[in-house]
Amino acid sequence: MSYKANFKIWRGDDTSGELHDFIVEVNEGEVVLDIIHRLQATQAPDLAVRWNCKAGKCGSCSAEINGKPRLLCMTRMSVFTEEETVTVTPLRTFPVVRDLVTDVSYNYQKAREVPSFAPPKELGLGEYRMKQQDVERSQEFRKCIECFLCQNTCHVIRDHEENKENFSGPRFLMRVAELEMHPLDTEDRVREAQDEHGLGYCNITKCCTEVCPEHIKITDNALIPMKERVADRKYDPIVWLGNQLFRRGSKR
Amino acid sequence: MVQVQVERFPYDVVVIGAGGAGLRAAIEAREQGKRTAIVSKSLFGKAHTVMAEGGCAASMGNVNAKDNWQVHFRDTMRGGKFLNNWRMAELHAKEAPDRVWELETYGALFDRTKDGKISQRNFGGHTYPRLAHVGDRTGLEMIRTMQQKIVSLQQEDFEEYGDYEAMLKVFPECTVTELIKDNDRIAGAFAYWRDSGKFILFETPAIVLATGGIGKSFKVTSNSWEYTGDGHALALRAGATLINMEFVQFHPTGMVWPPSVKGILVTEGVRGDGGVLKNSTGERFMFGYIPDVFKGQYAETEQEADGWYNDQDNHRRTPDLLPRDEVARAINTEVKEGRGSPHGGVFLDIASRLPAEEIRRRLPSMYHQFKELADVDITAQPMEVGPTCHYVMGGVEVDPDTASSVVPGLFAAGEVAGGMHGSNRLGGNSLSDLIVFGRRAGLGAAQYLDSLDQRPKISESDVDAAAHRAVAPFDWPSEGQAENPYTIHAELQQSMNDLVGIIRKEEEVQQALDKLAELKERARFVAVEGRREFNPGWHLCLDLRNMLLVSECVAKAALMRTESRGGHTRDDYPAMDNRWRNKLLVCSSDEHGTSAEVVEKPQEPMRSDLLELFELAELEKYFTDEELAQHPGRVAQ
Ligand code: SF4
Ligand code: SF4
Ligand code: FES
Repeated sequence: MSYKANFKIWRGDDTSGELHDFIVEVNEGEVVLDIIHRLQATQAPDLAVRWNCKAGKCGSCSAEINGKPRLLCMTRMSVFTEEETVTVTPLRTFPVVRDLVTDVSYNYQKAREVPSFAPPKELGLGEYRMKQQDVERSQEFRKCIECFLCQNTCHVIRDHEENKENFSGPRFLMRVAELEMHPLDTEDRVREAQDEHGLGYCNITKCCTEVCPEHIKITDNALIPMKERVADRKYDPIVWLGNQLFRRGSKR
Repeated sequence: MVQVQVERFPYDVVVIGAGGAGLRAAIEAREQGKRTAIVSKSLFGKAHTVMAEGGCAASMGNVNAKDNWQVHFRDTMRGGKFLNNWRMAELHAKEAPDRVWELETYGALFDRTKDGKISQRNFGGHTYPRLAHVGDRTGLEMIRTMQQKIVSLQQEDFEEYGDYEAMLKVFPECTVTELIKDNDRIAGAFAYWRDSGKFILFETPAIVLATGGIGKSFKVTSNSWEYTGDGHALALRAGATLINMEFVQFHPTGMVWPPSVKGILVTEGVRGDGGVLKNSTGERFMFGYIPDVFKGQYAETEQEADGWYNDQDNHRRTPDLLPRDEVARAINTEVKEGRGSPHGGVFLDIASRLPAEEIRRRLPSMYHQFKELADVDITAQPMEVGPTCHYVMGGVEVDPDTASSVVPGLFAAGEVAGGMHGSNRLGGNSLSDLIVFGRRAGLGAAQYLDSLDQRPKISESDVDAAAHRAVAPFDWPSEGQAENPYTIHAELQQSMNDLVGIIRKEEEVQQALDKLAELKERARFVAVEGRREFNPGWHLCLDLRNMLLVSECVAKAALMRTESRGGHTRDDYPAMDNRWRNKLLVCSSDEHGTSAEVVEKPQEPMRSDLLELFELAELEKYFTDEELAQHPGRVAQ
């Protein structure tokens, strides 16, 4: 049941690169990452690729397959016909390090700019009480494996390097939402989402949601509710004023 | 010629490994005021811990108030067949609840009980529901939580010093190849950046090894590429000792089909939540495999077993939840005797036991994994599962309280440390091990620093030598055949899998040792093409020598231990032998790691107050008469 498949794989570095053709064996049940590994072991020992778990749990093996952002380890060869050429390229939104490996440090910078969980000071170890239904909203977002496929896909920064500075991307806007919805977090993050993380750039196209391998409803459950909270604040002068006063007095 | 340009970084503590143990150690070291580096082969947040599914064991007693540290301690010792380092098992059982609660203060969101506490689930070998969990992605939650805690500490440092990395810095995609000493104590670590291939030197008096396990030396494994025994090998070459290396845990339930996913873990949570093992005749075969030492503790009929999920006071637990070594051996036997599933495993059935909706809610990633990788809908069909190399109980011999190895300045925590789990680890005891001993290692390293009057020095010749060894694979042999690292790796995995796997016998282990000798010789001629930038072939060459050295420890210890216990089963010595219980096999090597040596050493006798937590009748199954002479039960007779 094995056959020879045609692959085109982008090889190069931050200065230049091109697609290389390979003909490689494919066996039943294999995923694209298996094929890349076979190439490493037989034809291209220095072909660079990131991976860890090979089970869709670590989010390391993100790339673009026939132009679609996907996890290499969760893309089965059976979704292609035997005649089809499979083209694998690195994530487009991030600078290439080598071959299929990109520099994703943008994401780690943005992660660092989200103010962390602010625990309730009065509660000691073992005293946290939260209802299951109240933690579920944030739990959905915590399924995130940080594959950054949503970041790669979002049109605000895909091909728009200039927006990177002011836009944290769906992954980290969702992180703000996660903390905002944490039942015991003591910080207010609504204005922060808009002013510091660029929530306003998002025009809810849902492209991020479509590529999320964890099927997190990023747009519906994180981004839109955050936008609603921002809107409520803006139109409610009393809340707005209160927040301004609160912000002035509080130092973070 | 080697380009010996080396970037240098001075630190107080360097933690190698960014999984649960490493992150917890780093948090502690930083909170103790030490400048700390975390060095990781992968990106930050990708460590193997994310694959831990079931949960984190801690006797919080949220679901069953009868639970306490003593019960947890007893379960752990039983699971390890009483070969565990009892002091580690004691510290672990006592401290796990606080460590879990601490994660909540970092922002973790565990699943909840009705009254809003952390929910706890059943697992193999644990008397009460004990595992804090988040669906079946508990490891991911723990990694993300500690990753975010580290970010939060960095934000504090930014406020104070204007630099996020002033006190705590992560070095992602960076591999340590050698530890450097100043006489007998640790002075630094030599490493390379995976992306650029450039060298770096950490100048540090204290190193915490938190590198995880060795599974990549086996063909069928649930472990990722990172698990090449780096910490084990670094420790050996630095003069530290390893214990219990013969004990390798084969998780009973790995995927068996399709071949490309063979070995990927199927969480024990499936059984904890009601899933049962069946053979090709449809029989729930585990009832036939309750070993004598566990007789009376497990249900003997299907009816009783099924009653246990809802009423634990009046039913005994199902033998599907026996400790992992027992279940793995049972599956092995069923398959060998011709009652296996079509692809050489057995069936794990949850579909007929819970409503589809409930399965998807409790086991979302299992549902996802089978659907996407095997085209199997676990809410409608049984899974096919079989044993997979999962965890090594053996590791660096450490002082239980401080996690210090025998080398001053070298600490170890998590899977790379040995002793805690004895001959077999209970599910759920790994995540808790990481946070309990990760913290202790960070603390141990900080205290060690405080006791130093002078920082150790690194000699330049050591740095040059380390750089030369690192680039050696780029020098093609002037004569003879160059070896492909991928080929040697594949042969190593095959031979460890077939010859030092779940069932062992003398001739086969001997064959494995012969093969290892051959591979070691051939590995001297491994050569790679290309450049130093992100070159996986080169990376594998450097990892290979760790795998070869550690595999030799496993095989040599497996040959010496002429009994069967936990994760070490000898076909030619099928019984547990009480005279072996308190014997540790200690591995060491020379500084180049050319070969490993294994010697016997007695365990320290268990403190009497701990011994008295067990009934005499149970102890008699494991201990020799001499060892029990002082037990009050005996004295009274
Ligand atoms: S919904 Fe918003 S964040 Fe998501 S892809 Fe569209 S613009 Fe980007
Ligand atoms: S939200 Fe989804 S797509 Fe985005 S990083 Fe997380 S897992 Fe990946
Ligand atoms: S390798 Fe972990 S998600 Fe693909």
